Amino acid sequence: MQSNSTNDHPLFIFPKTQTGIDGLDEITEGGLPKGRPTLICGGAGCGKTLLSMQFLIKGITEFNEPGVFMSFEEPSDDLSLNVRSLGFDLEQLKAEKKLVVDHVRVERSEIEEAGEYDLEGLFIRLGHAIDTVKATRVVLDTIESLFAGLDNQAILRAELRRLFHWLKDKGVTAIITGERGQETLTRQGLEEYVSDCVILLDHRVIEQVSTRRLRIVKYRGSTHGTNEYPFLIDENGISVLPITSLKLDNEVSSDIVSTGVPGVDGMFEKGGFYRGSNILVSGTAGTAKTTVACYFADEQCKKGEKTIYFAFEESPQQLVRNMASIGIDLQKHISDGSLLIHSSRPSLNGLELHLLTLRKLIRDFKPTTVVIDPISNLITVGSEHEVRSMLVRLIDMLKANNITAVFTSLNKQTDAIRPDLAEESVSSLVDTWITVRDMEGFGERNRGIFIIKARGMGHSNQVREFIITRKGIELLDVKLGPDGILTGAARKANEINNKLSEIKHQNEIDRKDREIIRKRKVLEANIEALRNEFESVEEELNLLRTTEAMQQKLGLNKKENDK
Amino acid sequence: MINSDTALTLNENDSAEWQLLLYIAGQTPKSVKALSNIKKYAEEHLAGKYSIEIIDLLKSPQLAEGDQILAVPTLVRRVPEPIRKIIGDLSNEERVLVGLNIKPLMK
Repeated sequence: MQSNSTNDHPLFIFPKTQTGIDGLDEITEGGLPKGRPTLICGGAGCGKTLLSMQFLIKGITEFNEPGVFMSFEEPSDDLSLNVRSLGFDLEQLKAEKKLVVDHVRVERSEIEEAGEYDLEGLFIRLGHAIDTVKATRVVLDTIESLFAGLDNQAILRAELRRLFHWLKDKGVTAIITGERGQETLTRQGLEEYVSDCVILLDHRVIEQVSTRRLRIVKYRGSTHGTNEYPFLIDENGISVLPITSLKLDNEVSSDIVSTGVPGVDGMFEKGGFYRGSNILVSGTAGTAKTTVACYFADEQCKKGEKTIYFAFEESPQQLVRNMASIGIDLQKHISDGSLLIHSSRPSLNGLELHLLTLRKLIRDFKPTTVVIDPISNLITVGSEHEVRSMLVRLIDMLKANNITAVFTSLNKQTDAIRPDLAEESVSSLVDTWITVRDMEGFGERNRGIFIIKARGMGHSNQVREFIITRKGIELLDVKLGPDGILTGAARKANEINNKLSEIKHQNEIDRKDREIIRKRKVLEANIEALRNEFESVEEELNLLRTTEAMQQKLGLNKKENDK
Repeated sequence: MINSDTALTLNENDSAEWQLLLYIAGQTPKSVKALSNIKKYAEEHLAGKYSIEIIDLLKSPQLAEGDQILAVPTLVRRVPEPIRKIIGDLSNEERVLVGLNIKPLMK
C-alpha cells in the first residue's frame, strides 16, 4: 500500500510561493512556503522592509497575487516614498486595489492599559485588509514594535502565537520581520512562533566595503541553499547572488572562436579558443594584455558576436583612442551595437555589486563574448577568498550562458613566469591561459607570448616574440639560436650573421664556379693538343701507307716489265 | 445588554463635554465588562456631560484603522482633546480615571 501511495505521488513538490526576487527563489528552490509565515530577521538597515515590500510588489506585478503590508514602523506615505526610488509605485497599486498598506501606530504615551484585553482589533484590521483585496501575501513589518508599545508581555505573546496560527488558517503567505537580538535571532524570540522558514539578513563592513548577506536559517519541509549569499540593493531593489552551487554541468561547445591575433591562432592545435571557455591573459605591466584582449573583442565584433568589454582601468573613450593607434577601430563596433564598453573603478563598489552589474549587463545585452580587463584590479577591493568566490560565481555564470570570456590579469612579479596572488585565484578556474611577458636582455625589452595551458587542445610550447606596430600585433617567426629562442637585437644580429654567411657562401660558390670553368678550359686545351698530336701521328701513318702502296705498285710494274 | 446596532450611542448628546468611544469585537465577556465599567465611572464622575459610542469592529472593521485600534476593548476619549486611549476591560478604575484625565494621580 505504501509503495502504491508513493507511486501515486512520485514527484511531491512542497508548495511554495515565488518571491519574484532575483536569486532568492533559486536559493529557496522555488520561494517561500506557501500559506505559512516566514520570519525575516536582521539588524537595522539590512533590508528587511525592502525585501518584504519587494515580495509583495513582485507578487502583484508578476504573479497577480494581491498583498497587504502592515507596517508597525513607517507611515504609509513614507513607505511609498522610500520604494518609489526603487521604481515601485505603491500609490498606483493601492489605487488598483491590489495592495493595502496599513500603518499600525503604537504609541506608548497614548495608551493606558487597564485590565484584560486582546489584540482582536489587529486581527480584524488585518482580516479586513486581506478581504478587501483578496490578498494571498501579507507582510507584518516589524511586529516587535508591539512589545515597545504594550506592557503586558503575557497577553502579547499569547496573541502573537494566535496571530501566526490565524495567518496559517487564512492560508496567506506571510513575511514577519524582526530585529536581530543579542543572542537570539530576534529580540523578542519571534523564531519560537514562526518555525517554518527563517531567513537571516546581515550587513557587514569589511575593510570599508559593505556587503549584505542572506542566509536561510531553516526551512521546514524543503531543501534549500545553506550558505551565506551576498545580496545587493540597487535601483531595481534586491538581488541575491545564488551561484556558489557549482554543479559543473554546463553544456560544452566544440566550436572554435578565433583569438583575433594573427599567428596566435596557429599556436593552438584547433586554431583558436573553444566557444564558451574562459581565457586568462596574464602578464606584467605594459606587455600588451589589453591589446590582446581588444584584438579578441574586435575579431568577435567583426563576426557579429555581441561583446561586452568591462574596463576597470580605462574609460571607453580612452580605450577607443588607444586602440585606434594600432589600427583597431572599436568605435565602429560601438556604433553598430555589437560592442559595449563598460568602465568603472574597481573601488567604486564592493565585489558583489561589480558581479551584479556584470550579471545585469550580461542579461540585458546578451553577449556571446565578454572581456574583463583587468580582473586583477578587483582584488584590490576584496580579500583573496572573496575575490575567488566571486570569480567562481562569475565564471559559472559565464559558462552557464556559454559566453566566451577573456580576462586579463596583471602580475606583479616581473622575473617569474609563475603567477602571483591574482593569477593564483583564477588560474585553476580558467580553461586557457596565455601569458605575455617581457624578455629582457642586450639592453632591450621584447615581448613574448606563450600558452601555459589550453584545456582540451594541443598547443605550441614556444615563446613567440611579437611586436606592436601601427598596424597592430605581429607575431614574428621563431628563430632558434644556439642558446634558445632569439628575440629583438639578438634576432637582428642573428639575421645579419645569417646574411653574411649567406654572402660568403655565395662567394664560395662563385669562386668554385670560376675554377671549374678554368679547369674545363685547361681540359679542353689538353684535349685539343692530344687531338692534334693524334692527328699528326695519324697523318704520318697515312703518309707511310701511301708510300708503301706506291712502292708496291712500282715493284709490280717492274715485274711486268721483266716478263 | 449591548444593542446590536453598529454604533450605539448612550445618552444622545453630540455636543457632550466628554465624548467617549468604546471599540469592541463582538460580545465577549471583556467587552461587556468594559462597557459596564465605563458606564459606572462616567455616571459617577461625569454625570450629564458625557456620551459613549460603541463600535463593534466585527460589524464595521474599516473603522479600526482610523483610531489605530489594535487591542479590544479600547476606550477612546475623543473630546476633550487630546485623544486618549485606554485598553483593557477597564477593571482598574484608578488607571481609567487617570487615563481619561478625570482625576490626577493619587498621591
